[in-house]
Amino acid sequence: MTMVVLNRRSLLAAGGSILATGVLTAGVSGLLLPARADGLAPTETMSGGANNYRKGAAIVERIGKGGFWMSGTVRRAGDGAPLAGQRIQIWAHTVEGQEHEPQSHGATLTDKDGKFRLEMPQIIPIFGQPHGHLAYDSGEFKTVFLRPIMRSAKETSLEAHFVLQPA
Amino acid sequence: MTEWRSARAPLIWVALAIAIGAPIAFAAGSEQLAWRGPVYILAGFAGIIALGLVLVQPLLIGGYLPGLSAYRGRRAHHWIGGALALAIVIHVAGLWITSPPDMIDALTYASPTPFSPFGVTAMWAIFAVALLALLRRRLGLRLRTWRVIHIPLAIVIVAGSVAHCLLIEGTMETISKAALCALVLAATIKLMADLWRKRAFRGESP
Repeated sequence: MTMVVLNRRSLLAAGGSILATGVLTAGVSGLLLPARADGLAPTETMSGGANNYRKGAAIVERIGKGGFWMSGTVRRAGDGAPLAGQRIQIWAHTVEGQEHEPQSHGATLTDKDGKFRLEMPQIIPIFGQPHGHLAYDSGEFKTVFLRPIMRSAKETSLEAHFVLQPA
Repeated sequence: MTEWRSARAPLIWVALAIAIGAPIAFAAGSEQLAWRGPVYILAGFAGIIALGLVLVQPLLIGGYLPGLSAYRGRRAHHWIGGALALAIVIHVAGLWITSPPDMIDALTYASPTPFSPFGVTAMWAIFAVALLALLRRRLGLRLRTWRVIHIPLAIVIVAGSVAHCLLIEGTMETISKAALCALVLAATIKLMADLWRKRAFRGESP
């Protein structure tokens, strides 16, 4: 399954370069054209992203006792506009519980800049990789499940970014 | 010289005990265990023990362990092969209970974790060898045919297990894990070289 990882990475890289190209083109052609940056590709669901998902996790101030930060952004595919008030669900195997247990799940909303940030217990390696899970599943846009991996199990934060397309 | 000779046999056994015991002991001291349930812990240790058994197998069949006759070495190889298959069943069943969707992803080669396909492939190779070993007499497989089947599968088991284990971030301590993996590879390469040499000596065509 190295292929899948490479595919995902290359997808992310491709997404990044499309974004970069979009910004550059916007910078240059923006002087000439009013319409711009139509290339921001939607985020694909990651393999294994939906594992141990529980529908309808409550919006919380913090999951458990906290100590670890999950953050990211939610934007619209195409123009990349930040999406405010979007509900993002987060869960992981942490020092306070396994992935499938209810206390390991929580949700938060994006702010006016499309950013979200939720404190949760320290994520620890499960099934061989320290990773978290995030879901957008509110229906207005197409459902996306992410499964970002921490570079090291010692890290105390993790980021994940959504680019959503209409459902 | 005589002193080394008399010390050699126990030293080899002590080295083997350390090679397998140290990774298990370090894993038993891992802080990760505090956040795991008993079934997950059992599954993890079944995996570590399985890797230890993968080291013993080529040593037994190559006659590298002192004090064991070729016959007893082969008998032990059969029983340990069975124990290896059982350890893998416990490993997979325990992980399935811990997180069914992750285990299903792994078994269907759809897992995001790069080590899973190596482990699953090694698992099927282990099951295939175990099944064929049970049926060998009934199928009337001669030694030569048996080796043609078993040796490639053994290589798949060794390579798959080592890659699987090295890519996992879990309870195993890095150095003892790498050392065990290196020994598994070394023992297998030595056995393959010895088998090749014996065959060349007997003048069989490769």
